[in-house]
Amino acid sequence: MTIPSPLDEVHRELGAAFTDFAGWSMPVRYGSELAEHRAVREAAGLFDLSHMGEIEVTGPGAAAALNYALVGNLASVKVGRARYSMLCAEDGGVLDDLVTYRLADERFLVVANAANVDVVARALAGRAEKFDAQVTDRSREFALIAVQGPNSADILRAVSDADLGGLKYYASMEATVAGIDLLLARTGYTGEDGFELYCSPEQAPALWRALTEAGEPHGLLPAGLASRDTLRLEAGMPLYGHELSSGMTPFEAGLGRVVKFEKEGDFVGRKALQARSEQSPERVLVALAGEGRRAPRAGYAVLGPDGERNVGEITSGALSPTLGYPIAMAYISAGLSETGTALTVDVRGKSLPVTVTALPFYQR
Amino acid sequence: MHIPENLRYTEDHEWLLLDGELATVGVTDFAQDALGDVVFVDLPDEGDAIVAGEACGEIESTKSVSELFAPVAGEVVEVNKAVVDAPELVNSDPYGDGWLFRVRVEELPELLDAEDYAVVLKEA
Repeated sequence: MTIPSPLDEVHRELGAAFTDFAGWSMPVRYGSELAEHRAVREAAGLFDLSHMGEIEVTGPGAAAALNYALVGNLASVKVGRARYSMLCAEDGGVLDDLVTYRLADERFLVVANAANVDVVARALAGRAEKFDAQVTDRSREFALIAVQGPNSADILRAVSDADLGGLKYYASMEATVAGIDLLLARTGYTGEDGFELYCSPEQAPALWRALTEAGEPHGLLPAGLASRDTLRLEAGMPLYGHELSSGMTPFEAGLGRVVKFEKEGDFVGRKALQARSEQSPERVLVALAGEGRRAPRAGYAVLGPDGERNVGEITSGALSPTLGYPIAMAYISAGLSETGTALTVDVRGKSLPVTVTALPFYQR
Repeated sequence: MHIPENLRYTEDHEWLLLDGELATVGVTDFAQDALGDVVFVDLPDEGDAIVAGEACGEIESTKSVSELFAPVAGEVVEVNKAVVDAPELVNSDPYGDGWLFRVRVEELPELLDAEDYAVVLKEA
C-alpha cells in the first residue's frame, strides 16, 4: 500500500505517470522527462516533493542536541539560514544527508530523505534525550512544492510580496504565497536557482494551481522525479542509496568538509570519522564522462583502461540531457581517481570508454 | 492508447506489419509511453538471423533499459537508420517513422490482433 501525495488528484488531472518511491506514489513524469529537464534548465519546473520528511527539533537545547546528533555545526547556523549536513552512525557510516533550517533560536526543521524519515526521527529522538530538546516528526503535516529554474523568482514575484531579493541561497523565511502562509526557502536539488515551499497538505493543491497559473507565461512545466534525478546528477549532487549509504563515510563521498571536528563537544561518529579523516580512503567517489548515447547505470562495473581489472562500481548514470553525452558517478580505487584518467564501464557486456572528470558536470 | 487495427502484436508490446514474407517491427504506443523518452536504440544488423522470443536489441530511455525481443524468426533485411540517429521517433511516431527493423519471415509464431492486444493492456 503506497501513500498518495496530498497533490495526488492534481497529478492525475495532469496525466502523470507514477512511481513508487520510498512507500509513496509520486509523479515520475507528466509528459516528456527530457522536456521537463530542459524547462528547469531554461525556464522553470514545478515539483511535488511531499514525500520528503520534516522533523522539528525545538527547545533551549535544540542547537546543542543537533550538534551532537549531526556531523555539522548546526549551532553556528543563523536564524533564517539553512545548512546541508549528515546524520552518521557511531562507525561513521552515513544514515542520511539532510538540509536543516534554523527557523528560530530554539527551533530547527530537519528535512530528511523519504526512505530515511523513520531512521532519522528515531536517531534524533534518541540522541536528543540528554538535551533539553524535543524531537517531533511532522512529515505528514507538510506538503513540499519546489519551483526550480532561472525563471522561478519571477514566478514567485507574481504571487507573493515576499522580499525575494533579501532571501539568499540556503535561507528561508515565513511568507505568504498566493494567499497561503508557508515556509519559503531558497534551496533545491537541481543546480538552478529555485525555491522550496513547505505548506499544509490541505493547501497544497491551491498553491500548486496558483504557481502553475503564475508560471505559464514563464515557461513553467510540472516536472517529475525522473527529471529531478537527471538534474541533480548533472549538478553533481549525491543521492542517498546511490552515492551515500551506511557503508560509506562522508570522506569516501568527497564530502568530508561537512564534518566539523572543530565544533565544541562530542558528536555521534566523531571518533570513527576522526580516524577516517587521517587515512586516505581506498575508494572514492568520482565523476565519469563518456561518449555516444549509451549510459552507464547504477551497479555497472568500472574496469581499468585495459578493460580487465574491476576497479569500481557506478552509483548513478544517465545520458545527460543538457550535455548530450553519458555522465555517471562511481566509487573507484583511489589510485585511479585523478581527473583525466581513462577507464571503461561494462555496459551489459560492451565496453564503454569513460574519463574521470571534475564535478559538477553542469554549473549554472 | 492507440492500437491500429491493421497490425499484429506480441505480449512484449511490439507490433508487426505483415506484408507478404516481410514483417516491419516496432514497439507499441503503450510501450513508448511506459518507457518514457527513448534516448538510444540498439538494433540487430542487416543480415542477422533472429530467433523468435530471443533478445535482438535494446531500447534505452532516460531511466531504464529494455530488451527488444524478436517477435518472429527470420533474417533482418532493413534497419531504420533514422530511428538510430533520432531515437525520439519511437515516442513521437511509434507506428510510423519510429519503426525499428524489417525481417524476412521464416517462421511466424502465433500473434495477437488489435482486439487481443487491447485485452493484454487492460490486464497490464
